[in-house]
Amino acid sequence: MDSTEHMHLIYIILAAALATFLTRIGGYVMITQMKRIPPRMEAALNSVPAAVLSTLVAPAFISGGWDVAAAMLVALIVGLRFSSLWMLLVGWLVVMAIRHVVM
Amino acid sequence: MTKDDFWQGVRGGFPVMVSASPFGALFGALAVDNGFSVFDAVFMSATVYAGASQMVGIELFGHNVQPWLIVLSVFAVNFRHILYSASMARHIRHFSMLQKFFTFFLLVDPQYAETEKRAERGEPVTFAWYLGFAMIIYLPWQFMTMLGAIFGQMIGDPRAIGLDVLLPIYFMGLVLGFRRRDNWLPVVAVSSLASIAALHFVGSPWHVSIGAIAGILLAACLPLPKQHEEPVTLEHEV
Repeated sequence: MDSTEHMHLIYIILAAALATFLTRIGGYVMITQMKRIPPRMEAALNSVPAAVLSTLVAPAFISGGWDVAAAMLVALIVGLRFSSLWMLLVGWLVVMAIRHVVM
Repeated sequence: MTKDDFWQGVRGGFPVMVSASPFGALFGALAVDNGFSVFDAVFMSATVYAGASQMVGIELFGHNVQPWLIVLSVFAVNFRHILYSASMARHIRHFSMLQKFFTFFLLVDPQYAETEKRAERGEPVTFAWYLGFAMIIYLPWQFMTMLGAIFGQMIGDPRAIGLDVLLPIYFMGLVLGFRRRDNWLPVVAVSSLASIAALHFVGSPWHVSIGAIAGILLAACLPLPKQHEEPVTLEHEV
């Protein structure tokens, strides 16, 4: 890259950083404009983490291949009783075992 | 007290740092692979500080996609933060303006999840705790980005060492952590199915926002649990 192209990249990164910051402050700015939170909106807000994080999990389960799906399934069972570090360790062991022993 | 809170935050964020570190290194390696210098990679990690969107950004940059589309994609991947910051407003009313600036700049998925859980347990959400939790993730994220960028070639195929499975499992652990909330199962089911359908029919990264909104709308429409006697009140301040 020459220096003009490089400055271009720096500007893109800065614009991406600004866009990201706007998403991080946007919800707060909107919600504090309201005097009180109606019960239905509170129910909606309470569902946010599970709703968003599910969209990062489910597609990986469907399109990550059967080895990833198997590892996630075992990790899910582990997660019902143990912490997420155990989920990561067991899930990783399962996928490594499938890739290097079974396949 | 403040110092105790800070170190409590550092201890709480430590497992997050451990599980995020491979992704920091992976980002650094992929960034260099897509034409970034080591400085560019660390600059992006330090200013954007949102792993999944950073991955999307370098991928598009590597394919010479127009700048406005790169920025829009980063915005779309990070759109969920709008929901986080709206939901978190209840817990950080007592922060100063400057503290709020840093609070939102450092707002990443596990940081949000832990803040909500801490508030749910009835423990005080102090800025010292928040900053401690954030710093043990933010600073190593920069360091691992640099390491990954420098030793990029040595990581090779991330699948061969099983790196690709860690992120979805980590997010799954976070989902499980909220399983005692009202309507958890229907929300998870609807968001999951909607995101899979949106991935198929609309494409990435919109499946994240579409799937999330589907689950949230469901929660807003389902019958309310009985124990809500009074809605939460917010003071008017920005």
